[in-house]
Amino acid sequence: MTTTIDPPELVGADGPEEIQPEGGADHGHGHDAHHEHAEHGPSGILKWLTSTDHKVIGKSYMITSLVLFFIAGIMALVIRTQLADPNGSLVSFQTYNELFTMHGSLMLYLFAGPFAFGGLANYVVPLQVGAPDMAYPRLNALSYWLYLSGSCVMMAGFLVAGGAASYGWVAYAPLSDAINSPGAGADLWLMALGLTGFSAIFTGVNLIATIFYLRAPGMTMFRVPIFSWEMLVTGVLILIAFPVLFAAVVLLFCDRHFGTHIFTVQGGGVPVLWQNLFWFFGHPEVYILALPYFGIVAEIIPTFSRKPLFGYKGMVFATMAIAALSTGVWAHHMFTTGVVLLPFFSLLSYLIAVPTGIKFFNWIGSMWGGQLSFQTPMLFCIGFLLAFLMGGVTGVLLASPPVDFMTHDTYFVVAHFHQVLMGTAVFAGFAGFYFWYPKMFGRMLNDKLGKLHFWLLFIGFWVTFMPQYIVGLDGMPRRIASYLASNGWTSLNVISTVGAWIIASSFLVFLVNLVHSYMKPVAAGDNPWDGQSLEWFTSSPPPHHNYTHLPPIRSERAAWDYNHPEHRSEHKFGTMVPPDHSEPAMAEATTSGGAS
Amino acid sequence: MRITGLFLVLIGIFFAIMGIAYWFLSYEDSGFLMLIGSTGLGVFPGLYYLWWSRHMKPRAEDDPNASVAAAAGIVDSFPVSSIWPFIFGMGAMLATLTFVFGLWLAPMSATLILIAAIGFTVESRRGGNV
Repeated sequence: MTTTIDPPELVGADGPEEIQPEGGADHGHGHDAHHEHAEHGPSGILKWLTSTDHKVIGKSYMITSLVLFFIAGIMALVIRTQLADPNGSLVSFQTYNELFTMHGSLMLYLFAGPFAFGGLANYVVPLQVGAPDMAYPRLNALSYWLYLSGSCVMMAGFLVAGGAASYGWVAYAPLSDAINSPGAGADLWLMALGLTGFSAIFTGVNLIATIFYLRAPGMTMFRVPIFSWEMLVTGVLILIAFPVLFAAVVLLFCDRHFGTHIFTVQGGGVPVLWQNLFWFFGHPEVYILALPYFGIVAEIIPTFSRKPLFGYKGMVFATMAIAALSTGVWAHHMFTTGVVLLPFFSLLSYLIAVPTGIKFFNWIGSMWGGQLSFQTPMLFCIGFLLAFLMGGVTGVLLASPPVDFMTHDTYFVVAHFHQVLMGTAVFAGFAGFYFWYPKMFGRMLNDKLGKLHFWLLFIGFWVTFMPQYIVGLDGMPRRIASYLASNGWTSLNVISTVGAWIIASSFLVFLVNLVHSYMKPVAAGDNPWDGQSLEWFTSSPPPHHNYTHLPPIRSERAAWDYNHPEHRSEHKFGTMVPPDHSEPAMAEATTSGGAS
Repeated sequence: MRITGLFLVLIGIFFAIMGIAYWFLSYEDSGFLMLIGSTGLGVFPGLYYLWWSRHMKPRAEDDPNASVAAAAGIVDSFPVSSIWPFIFGMGAMLATLTFVFGLWLAPMSATLILIAAIGFTVESRRGGNV
C-alpha cells in the first residue's frame, strides 16, 4: 500500500501565532487524522516483516544489534576468564580463536555500526530533518533484512563442521586462505560480510538522500542538527569504504575456491594487497563507527547544559576533516610490514588529532558556563569524553612508527582500540539510547538504575583496560590463549578479568531497567529533557509520518526556539510576535497529509 | 542545493590531491587507485548538483525564510508496508549460502529474488499491497 502525503502545516510562520511554553505540547496527539494514519498496514509479526516505517526498522536494528552485542559480550567474558589463569583451559585453543574472531566481528560489523547508522540514525535522522520517512523506505527495509540475514549467516558458523571463522576479524591473508582456514565457517563469515556490507551501503544511500532531499522548509544545510550532519558524513564514508571491502571479500573467496592467487605468494599474488584493501575499508570504518557517536554526544551535552552547541559550524567542518583524513591513514595499521610510506601515513594520522581536538574543545565549550544537569545520558557522555580521550591519546602514540614497531600486536593496541570503540559505541551509544528512549517508546527509563548502570560500566571499563596497557608494554601479545606464569602477567590479567565481569554486571542493571520501564511505565511526555533539535517537537512516540505540523525552522534548534521564545533573535524570525508567555496556548494546527 | 554540491565537490578535490600526492610519494598502485576512484565519487554528483543549483529556484529547504506557501504541494509517495524487501532479503541470503553449501540452493534463491523483483515493480506501478 502506498501513501501519498502532503507536507505538514507550518505553525507560526504566517501571521500571529500562539506558542507553547517549555515542557512540550501534545503536538502529535489529539489529531484524528494522525490516529487514522497509524492504523494503516498490518499488525503483529506481519507488521515487523512488512513495515517500511523508519521508526519500526530503526527499533528492529537496535534490538537486533543489542542482542548481538550481548552475545559478543559473553564471548568476551569467556576470553577474559580464560586469560585469568596462565594455563587457562576453559576452552580449547581452536575455540578461543573462534571466540576472539567472532567477538570482534560481531562487535564491529554487527553491533557498533548497525546500532548507530541502522538503529539510532534510522529512527532519529528523519525526525531531526522534518522528513516523513527515509527517502527510500523499501530499500531501508531491505537493508534491515540483509543485516539480519548476514548476522544469522555469520553466527551459523558455530553450527558447521570445523566451527566458525578463526582468523581474526581482519582476516589477514594467507591465514584466511583455504589451506590455513578450511571449512564452511570461514566462508560463512565472508558471505555475512557481503550481506551486511550491502546493507550498510543501502543505509548510507538512504541517509544521504534523506538529508539532501527531505528536509523541512527552512532547514538549510547549516540548520541540520549536528547528529544528522554526522550521519551524512558517515553515509559518504560508507559509500567510500564498504565497496572496497566487498571487492576484497570477493577476491578472497576466489582465492579460496576458484583457484586464483591474488593474495597468495605461490601463484604470484601479494598477501599485503589484502591488508591494503582491508584497511582502506577498515580505518574509515573506525570513523563510520565513531562519527555517529560524536553526533550523539554533540546533541546531549548542549541539552543537559541548557546551551547551544559551541561552534556548530566548526563541528561540521571538523567532522568533514576527520572523515577526509580517515581515508588517508589506512596503512598506519601496516607499519610493520615494511612496505608502506611511513612519513605519509604517520603525518596524516597525527593530523586527525587536530579536528578531533576541535570537537573535544567544542564539547567542553558547550558545557562551559551552562546549567549542567547530570542525568543518565549526560553521565554517559562524560564517560565517553574520558574514555575517548585516553583511547585517542594512545592512538597518537601509535601513529608514531617507532612506538608502533614496539607495541604492534600487543595488548597495548588491544587496550587502545577497546578504549576508543567502547568509549564511542558503548558509552556514547548508551547515552543516545537513554536520551532518545523516551522519544521512541513514550516512557522513561529509571534514572537511578541508569546511573548505577553507568557507574558500574565506568569502573569496570577502567579496571579492564588500564592493566592491558601495562601488560602490552611488557610484551604480552594479543590473540594468545595462554601464557607462562613466569611472564609475570597473571595479576594484571586477573584484574582485567574482574573488570570485565563488572562491565557484565552493568548490563544486567540495564536489562533490569528495560524490564522496569516495561512493567512500571512512566510517561515521558513529548520533550522530557527540554531538547533542542526538531525531533523533540513531535509526540513521543511520533505519529505515522512523524509530524502533523512543524514549527518555523530558523536555526539548528527548532524545538528550543519554539519552546523558548524569549531566546529568539528577531532578525531570524522576522515579524513573528513573541507570544504572551503568561497565557500559553497550543497553536492551532491541522493535518493536511494522510493516507490516500 | 549549492551547499550540497560544494560538499561533494570538495570531497572529490580532496581525494584528487591526496591521490596525486600519494602516487608521487609512494608509486603504490592499490592505494592510488582507491583514492582516485573516490575522487569521482565526490566530483560527479557534486558537479551535477552545482549545475542544477544554477538552473533552478532554491528549494523550500534551501530557503532560510521558507514559508507555508513554499512548502505547498505533495512531499512524495511512501509505501506503508511491503513484504518484498523481506522476500528479497531471504533470496539474497540463500544466494550467498549457495556459494558455501552448493548449487542446490540456487533455484530457491533465484525464485525468491525473481518473485520479489516482480513484486517490487508491480507494487510501484499499482500501489500494491502486502
